[in-house]
Amino acid sequence: MRTSGAPLLTVEDLRVTFPTRTGEVQAVRGVSFSLGKERLGIVGESGSGKSQTGRAIMGLTPSHAKITARKLAFGGHDLLTMRKAERRGLRGRQVAMILQDPKYSLNPVMTIGRQIVETLKTHEKVSTSEAKQRALAMLEAVQIRDPQRVFDLYPHEVSGGMGQRAMIAMMLVCGPDLLIADEPTSALDVTVQLEVLGILDKLVSERGMGLIFISHDLRLVSSFCDRVLVMYAGRIVEELPSADLANAQHPYTRGLLNCLPTIGSDRHPLPVLDRKPEWAL
Amino acid sequence: MTSALSIRDMVVTYDEFKALNRVNLDVGQGESFGIVGESGSGKSTLLRAVAGLASFEEGTLTVNGRAYSGRSRDKQFYRTVQMVFQDPYGSLHPRQTVDRLLLEPLVIHGFTDVEPRITRALDEVGLGAGFRFRYSHQLSGGQRQRIAIARALILEPKILLLDEPTSALDASIQAEILNLLEQARRDRNLTFVMVSHDLGVISHMCERLAVMKGGEVVETVPAKALEKREFSADYTRQLLVASEGFRRG
Repeated sequence: MRTSGAPLLTVEDLRVTFPTRTGEVQAVRGVSFSLGKERLGIVGESGSGKSQTGRAIMGLTPSHAKITARKLAFGGHDLLTMRKAERRGLRGRQVAMILQDPKYSLNPVMTIGRQIVETLKTHEKVSTSEAKQRALAMLEAVQIRDPQRVFDLYPHEVSGGMGQRAMIAMMLVCGPDLLIADEPTSALDVTVQLEVLGILDKLVSERGMGLIFISHDLRLVSSFCDRVLVMYAGRIVEELPSADLANAQHPYTRGLLNCLPTIGSDRHPLPVLDRKPEWAL
Repeated sequence: MTSALSIRDMVVTYDEFKALNRVNLDVGQGESFGIVGESGSGKSTLLRAVAGLASFEEGTLTVNGRAYSGRSRDKQFYRTVQMVFQDPYGSLHPRQTVDRLLLEPLVIHGFTDVEPRITRALDEVGLGAGFRFRYSHQLSGGQRQRIAIARALILEPKILLLDEPTSALDASIQAEILNLLEQARRDRNLTFVMVSHDLGVISHMCERLAVMKGGEVVETVPAKALEKREFSADYTRQLLVASEGFRRG
């Protein structure tokens, strides 16, 4: 593991609560972990609280929800007491987030190039020509063959894989210390998925960032990350190094691994998860 | 082997774009047949053209010995062929209760014993009578897909067209739905044509599969061939490598 010195991110007893008509719903119930310059995977099913954990770190929790934590610190900043304007300065520059579907997360009425330039100009004092140069360089870094052309295209004019690369470019152009990727490849075709992951992997290790990779796909996450947190019903039920996935102890983790159909295994019927109420305690 | 479904030189065009380009396919009676490919490969279009949701300009379609063309399908066709869609949210009427959803096909096809049929259909997909008067938004994704399967099975079809039936579901729910489909197939001796981008799912569910790319069938191989890597198309290999997950280096 490549953790060195003080952790980049410290999360202690994070709770995210949503008020509903039928009372409060705790989406995240006491999550704690710390992150250095490493790749951390957070895995869970829909409703496990994995995305809300990422959003709380980003500061993107809806305003009607309540966030509490014993500690939520990024670098030297206390994210709990930070003012909104400071948080905005941090977001995009030092902490960035890649979302699932480029169709919905890129601005449809702005060219790809302008969106990248906008990110740069928000956070740094750069001239327009320099910003353009850096945007083009970034598009090249995500292996877009003809950056000049893609710079002037609108999001609907590019494929999903290309859109996702553009989003990676936009998120990395300011050189963040922490990148949160929430299902970055789930909307892409399997063959494109690997290309995009390869690009992400290369950039993250070259630039020495911390990465939180949120996904429902346990196998994918473990092949990509150093360490995996498994979440169930708002809690971390198991934490383990990716290499030890086969030795997972928690029945939920084992169940998740087991229920996937794979080529060459002849299991009819497939084993299904037998959810125990005590997992959610 | 008599074929349940036979497609010859099928062509589907959207304006200038050839979504299907001379596709040939034979699916035997009681067989489970898979179709894999990326988005845009034409795999969903193929199912839609069979179901009459997309019109095909050229070629022939024969289902259980009866020929069909264009988009016109008679009632007999829908008694034989039913379809389950990918997104269980989008494929159930949001303002109809489960009861109403299951009743509609029965009324259209003139069944009179609706009461026992609805009860049995719900039982068969593992949902009790308690679900009968719920709306689809009161169900989870997996439960919704069970209703969609119940709706397809209630007419006792011979052939089920499955368009990515589990790709919107969590892995653990996917296993439950796949088991349910296999059970239904065994009990009713159904023929499956299943589309998926997931080679793992296809090799688990199907005996043979067609690999599609750019509107054409690249190759048709037995599912066992994936395991032994006995296939010829480079594209199949690419899909197989991609399904094995990320590798560094």
